[in-house]
Amino acid sequence: MNGFAIVWQERALFLEGLWNTVSLVVAAIAISVPLSALGAVVLVEAPRPVARLARALIDLTRCVPFLLLAYVIYYGLPQLGLRFDAWWAGLVTMTLYNAAYLAEIFRSAWLALPKEGFEAARAYGFRPATLYRRIVLPQIAYASAPLVGGQIIVMIKDSALLMIITVREISFAANSINANYFTPFAPFVVAIGMYWMLSLIVEAWVRRVASGARLRYG
Amino acid sequence: MADAAPAVSARLVCKQFDGIEVLRDVSLDVAKGSTACIVGPSGSGKSTFLRCVNWLEQPTTGQILLNGAPMGVVPSPKGGTRPMTAKELALARTRVSMVFQHFALWPHLTVLGNVIEAPVHVLGRPRDEAVEDARRLLARVGLEAKADAFPHTLSGGQKQRVAISRALAMKPEVLLFDEPTSALDPEMVGEVLEVMRDLAKEGMTMMVVTHEMAFARDVADTIAFFDAGRVIETGDPKAFFTAPQTDRARRFLTRYGI
Repeated sequence: MNGFAIVWQERALFLEGLWNTVSLVVAAIAISVPLSALGAVVLVEAPRPVARLARALIDLTRCVPFLLLAYVIYYGLPQLGLRFDAWWAGLVTMTLYNAAYLAEIFRSAWLALPKEGFEAARAYGFRPATLYRRIVLPQIAYASAPLVGGQIIVMIKDSALLMIITVREISFAANSINANYFTPFAPFVVAIGMYWMLSLIVEAWVRRVASGARLRYG
Repeated sequence: MADAAPAVSARLVCKQFDGIEVLRDVSLDVAKGSTACIVGPSGSGKSTFLRCVNWLEQPTTGQILLNGAPMGVVPSPKGGTRPMTAKELALARTRVSMVFQHFALWPHLTVLGNVIEAPVHVLGRPRDEAVEDARRLLARVGLEAKADAFPHTLSGGQKQRVAISRALAMKPEVLLFDEPTSALDPEMVGEVLEVMRDLAKEGMTMMVVTHEMAFARDVADTIAFFDAGRVIETGDPKAFFTAPQTDRARRFLTRYGI
């Protein structure tokens, strides 16, 4: 049988894979963006020792290979009594790993912003929470969108590694079809197509934000 | 008694940065509805003093009173004072608006967004009302057509007029100007000063740090001349510009051809 016909026959497996990849990526973004925004606030504004601790944790996370982080969380933590199923272990891994990178991206975007506007906001009676929400974070978002988009694409591709800890995502689907039917080409091409499509969606979002930024900053 | 109190009263304000004295015993009263121009050489502490009024800088010692109420500190019942909490300080700052040398507009918001931002998100005024108010304020500085533009598309003079509208939108008791025309091309200075003249005429209480001596002479009700962190002359602009009391002021004015 033709490889693509097999893929079509096994489409339920692929759709499940697509769903798991998308749900992992979306959930990881939803958690890691606010977490890393908070991380950036700590890096920039917290008292020295707290900022140092955050810095150390972020550097540590960024220096661990993604795959090993996934291994430790899925296979290692149960030894300490913390057990996740594969999807949740994948989510924790992706969230931690990306939050570390995003915090660094947000921090550098923040430091590059002009400070006069922040002082003006203080002079006009903004309190810190409103100042961050209304003045600081929106400007960070515009400034960092291209890098954030790049990081999300990295995250989408990293998620393929989660097949090793048995998450039933896109690569897992492709791999299991190959293993069962000995037809590597079609399933892997379809998997690549799916990752590509997801990345294009992210690119489209980046272009939209970037045009908003052009409107504002020229 | 509250009516008799000056809009701003600075009493023996001192400020040190890392042990370096930048303000020493600065006292100045600004009557309600009057304009005080603060002049003097660069580095004489003019801007630092202005920034003490809204507590962007904390005086090391001394007092700022806004319509009789202390800024930055709260009198405690046992006598003495305690520093304001962040919340109290934010609230107190809404009574004073500031216009900055480099405009300090919020670049991610439109012109209209800049003007309504603090009224809506700090004072909690209804948005419709704030928008209506903002359009009126922009119209009076001739920028109603720019309401939906972003700041980076404006000239310096236009930016500063937006900044003045933003300041007025808070309905402040006092308006502080920190060298509002120093960052402008010479052709744009006039349009900003004209707006400030109108405000002075309408009885807005203003404190203006400036190097525009003609403006100070024509518009100010009070002049304060700073040198090396002290106020060394205060009073009526006519007297100051025609017959300065000190050598230092005379030399300063000579540089402006006065």
